[in-house]
Amino acid sequence: MSTVSRFPAHPVTDLVGTSLKHEHLPAILAEGKQDSFFFEVHAENYMGAGGPPHAALSQIRQNYPVSIHGVCMSIGGLQPLDTAHLKRLKALVDRYEPALVSEHLAWSTHGMTYFNDLLPLPYTAATLKGVADHIDEVQEALGRPILLENPSTYLIFPESTMSETQFLGELVRRTECGLLLDINNVFVSATNHGFAALEYLADFPLEHVGEIHLAGHTEQTDDEGDLLRIDSHDRPVADAVWNLFDVVIGRHGPIPTLIEWDSDIPEWPLLKAEAIAAQAIMDRHRSRIEPRRTNAVR
Amino acid sequence: MPSAEAREPDNGGTSSYAALFVGALLDPERPAPALVAGPNSKAVANRYNVYRNNVTVSLINALRAAFPATQRITGEDFFRAMARFYVRAKPPISPLLFEYGRDFPDFIDQYEYARPVPWLADVARIERAWLDAYHAADAQALAPHTLASIPPERLAGTVFSPHPATRVLRSRFSALSIFGAHKRNDPVARVDAAEPEDTLVTRPELEVVARRLPPGGATFLEHLASGHPLGAAVAAALAEDPSFDLSTNIAGMLEAGAFITAVWEKGNDES
Repeated sequence: MSTVSRFPAHPVTDLVGTSLKHEHLPAILAEGKQDSFFFEVHAENYMGAGGPPHAALSQIRQNYPVSIHGVCMSIGGLQPLDTAHLKRLKALVDRYEPALVSEHLAWSTHGMTYFNDLLPLPYTAATLKGVADHIDEVQEALGRPILLENPSTYLIFPESTMSETQFLGELVRRTECGLLLDINNVFVSATNHGFAALEYLADFPLEHVGEIHLAGHTEQTDDEGDLLRIDSHDRPVADAVWNLFDVVIGRHGPIPTLIEWDSDIPEWPLLKAEAIAAQAIMDRHRSRIEPRRTNAVR
Repeated sequence: MPSAEAREPDNGGTSSYAALFVGALLDPERPAPALVAGPNSKAVANRYNVYRNNVTVSLINALRAAFPATQRITGEDFFRAMARFYVRAKPPISPLLFEYGRDFPDFIDQYEYARPVPWLADVARIERAWLDAYHAADAQALAPHTLASIPPERLAGTVFSPHPATRVLRSRFSALSIFGAHKRNDPVARVDAAEPEDTLVTRPELEVVARRLPPGGATFLEHLASGHPLGAAVAAALAEDPSFDLSTNIAGMLEAGAFITAVWEKGNDES
């Protein structure tokens, strides 16, 4: 983009943030600009033509870096991407000049039906090629790299021939995308699949992570009566997830970190306190380690 | 190699995992597809149910968010059951969830258990229009002085363009009063449902407003919004209701911000 910016260029480096919820807007605006903070929105909620959503996002974007987090591109499906949807995302990115743009390693549309969930895929040579082609297509359309988020999953595809971390690493190599490391998803999947979260993180290409997500989860049981964790975004971040975050930041240095909270949304001070807790952990490690940057972060 | 167009189940290969995976997503009677499993030889039923539950519940919740007054009328359990039928019959075809439920009011009209509340679908129509107005493009509403500047002899030929948020809804019932009584979680006074009400939904700035239209007002605005000149719209409104009052209706539509431009011709056209 060579056009004149509508908004100040707020960099997102090393900041903490939260999902932007419109019920919090009066409180956020009333407290004035907070340094070292950013906000993330779900892209699809701002794909209407106008009205209060755009008014709110414009106000926020004046004072803060914004991350645009797509949830519906269906990058992990093998049917062609919805080009109309890609155009809408491009228009949104052009309009708000976000510091970060991300999507999921998942799919949500099949045929004409949109399932409104992040559905899983097998990790094979064929799906790798399909997903890489989709990432290329999105990055080409947007004219910038995106961050791809690791999913929370509840089952496996026996046909998979590679691990999730191998799959993500190969996608980074092929497409030069960055990664969004959702540590709650790692913890949820680790329990659900019986692997060690620390081993997953040891295999994760941290040097390509441009953003971290933290969120709360709930607990159910599987058919055997064993614990099954559900990625629910409806409560505070669990202690075990904070510990993993501490490990990641200790190993890598500060990374823009966002608290996701999408249902049973608390009052603003409680949500903000979660972000400040993430800030405290980053501050503790900041002095020790020089952060590395990924090419997906402005 | 997988075909990018592959949409039908084949032998379970990679190209069709999505087709196989979605087969039972909206049908709780069907077992989990054979291409997925639990880790370490565990069963997959509860695990697949997480996705099935996410899909159905998130879509029901999208409808609950879009139709809050409808839900207050029916109660949450009734609404969830009705929405579940709708979600399974008509899952979204767009990733934009604020577009979902466009024909939910028509579904309610046909929903057997909603027959005792025949106005329910019309309340849902107002809520659907409210949501459309909320997301509609921003535009500057027509200023009253613009209308005042039109030469009187040109008024009948003046053509208006509607604000993108403007919606007109007609009901055989008191749909707007019922909607208004259930907009918030307050105690509801008795509403006489039998009086027909027409509703104008607008959003001149950022606030969506639903107001009741006077007699003939709906026909008047529908004619103007579809491009008929003022004279023809007045004639249609008068034909429907002789008590139609032009000055009240024009004042109302200006105050509501229902239109954005008024264009009159120099020539003598009173079509």
